[in-house]
Amino acid sequence: MKVVLEHLTKRFPSRSKKEEDVIAVNDFNFEIPDGKLIGLLGPSGCGKSTTLNLICGLEPPTEGKIYFGNDDVTRLPPENRGVGLVFQNYALYPHLTVLENIQFPLKNLRGAERPTKEQMLERAKEAAKLVQIEGLLERKPSELSGGQQQRVAIARALVKMPKVLLLDEPLSNLDARLRLQTREEIRRIQLETGITTIFVTHDQDEAMSISDMIVVMKAGVMQQMGPPQDVYDQPVNLFVATFLGTPQINVFDGEVKNGWLYIGGDRVLETPGPEDQKVSVGIRPEGFTLDENGPFALNLERVEVMGRDTSVVSTHPASRSAFIRSIIPARNRVDKTKKTVRFRLMPDKVFLFDAKTEERVPFTLPPEGVEG
Amino acid sequence: MKKKSMKGWLYLLPAILFLGCFMVYPLIDVLIYSVEEGYNSASQTYWGVGLYNYSYVLRDPYFLQAVKNTLILVAITVPLSTGFALLISLGLNAVKPLRSLFQTVYFLPYVTNTLAVGLVFMILFKKTAYTEGLVNLMLQWFGASSVDFIDGPYWAKMFVLCFYTIWVVMPFKILILTSALASVNPEYYSAARMDGTRPFRIFYKITLPMISPMIFYLVITGFIGAFKAYSDAVALFGTDLNAAGMNTIVGYVYDMLYGNSGGYPSFASAAALILFAIVLTITCVNLLISKKTSVN
Repeated sequence: MKVVLEHLTKRFPSRSKKEEDVIAVNDFNFEIPDGKLIGLLGPSGCGKSTTLNLICGLEPPTEGKIYFGNDDVTRLPPENRGVGLVFQNYALYPHLTVLENIQFPLKNLRGAERPTKEQMLERAKEAAKLVQIEGLLERKPSELSGGQQQRVAIARALVKMPKVLLLDEPLSNLDARLRLQTREEIRRIQLETGITTIFVTHDQDEAMSISDMIVVMKAGVMQQMGPPQDVYDQPVNLFVATFLGTPQINVFDGEVKNGWLYIGGDRVLETPGPEDQKVSVGIRPEGFTLDENGPFALNLERVEVMGRDTSVVSTHPASRSAFIRSIIPARNRVDKTKKTVRFRLMPDKVFLFDAKTEERVPFTLPPEGVEG
Repeated sequence: MKKKSMKGWLYLLPAILFLGCFMVYPLIDVLIYSVEEGYNSASQTYWGVGLYNYSYVLRDPYFLQAVKNTLILVAITVPLSTGFALLISLGLNAVKPLRSLFQTVYFLPYVTNTLAVGLVFMILFKKTAYTEGLVNLMLQWFGASSVDFIDGPYWAKMFVLCFYTIWVVMPFKILILTSALASVNPEYYSAARMDGTRPFRIFYKITLPMISPMIFYLVITGFIGAFKAYSDAVALFGTDLNAAGMNTIVGYVYDMLYGNSGGYPSFASAAALILFAIVLTITCVNLLISKKTSVN
């Protein structure tokens, strides 16, 4: 089931007349293809959860429409939309057993929709099997670990066979090891069921690693949507570039002059295309190549060895952050006695942004295989 | 280690002394009084030791009347006041405008003096030579005949007593229940809405189990409080409760000690211990039920 959002807007009225209304979701337009796993990504308070609540129907939108397939579901109550929602804190009923929790949505059904007792049990067991908790059905939620509770919550959301599954920060309550395991698990369940799944997260690693597509949000406005690698490689603005990638992208104040990029007086890279202007320059940590005669000189601070590769920490007066982090293959040794380290830059890892609007300023890349 | 435990006892000493003087000693004393037959408070002598005091009290028609009154009072007011309090709390939880005003209004009886309120109830219900009383006036508007609620038939007096008791104990219950309702995680309600749970089922399957510990607390304290009822009856019917036929067990104990028939500490002690046994039994039953049905 594809999900289409059209001019979706949610405005929360302010408490007092002095303050302005809060626009949690501002004019969303996007289409989520059928059977894909979508990561809704953004910093805290950017309206991700509100978007989720709008899609599942817990909150009515101020403006705009939501379509599931070709059906307009904007005014439908949540139970008639065919959505399953997994809450951030799971919201398992503590006084009911795992089995009763999973069966709860089925027992709400009425009339012809209502399955018999045997069918309910069978469907609950099926859902439990899918998330691999068949052995825990008689337990109470308080007797389960966080990861197990998560699985119960997913089973409860799946038992009604929803057309769309929504997960609100599904991994935020799990420890680091369980997080890796659970995200694989979510991917597996999604592939096995083929249900269109949207999950909300503020952790870009989570979103990038398992999503077919990510949607990056900031302050209620959608910034960019696309497959994770595309968004990473072609960020539309400075926010998206800084939000994706660990370690973070390095940002410098720079200038384009006569088809060349200057950072703090150094002529670092040929950037044909844009007019002469001041720019913000984003350079991915992996975009640096160690070169004794390289054009970009940085003040060497320290070298962090990570085994697989080496992280060079340096400073530069034009840098927006205190330290610049560049990651180079471990076989390239850095002379730690020197005070400066010189790099060449990989053109496809360097992004230019308008100094004022922070929008991307594209430049022509040199032909493949030739490094700037 | 010994020094450490000495220190512990030292910290406990003030409370132990206080409780010993004013709780443990009187309790033991009551027990002793209750088995001293033919105790004379003037000469401080008694004939012998036995259970005669208990058998006397249990055969005393005034005591039996008091037990009957108390049981009726408990059986009517505890469920009704808890039920009404729950309904009002659900209402308070649902309304947004003027919520604090309503909360204040519903809490007022709690801070009002029992005797002053009793007076107001007298005015509402009592028939005198000059006036029928407000309630009777209203009854007459609807074509019913007037009833003397204070000096009239037994059921009318019991009605006023129950009405008054419910009215007095509700504010505290509302206070406890509104805070219990407010502390239920709203995510549960969102989850229930996602599944299209009907309001009654939400209440029955989610809200009620979530606040059940508080309800049990209120029922247990409600039972104990209703069994100890006395001042409410005095406020409505005056101090001679036996004559009004509206005595309670605690009232009987008081009468045996200080009332017109006073001066019988042995009978009073026996009655008090019988009350203690009843309250203890019912509390134990309550606790057993609450343990069986509690959340975890």
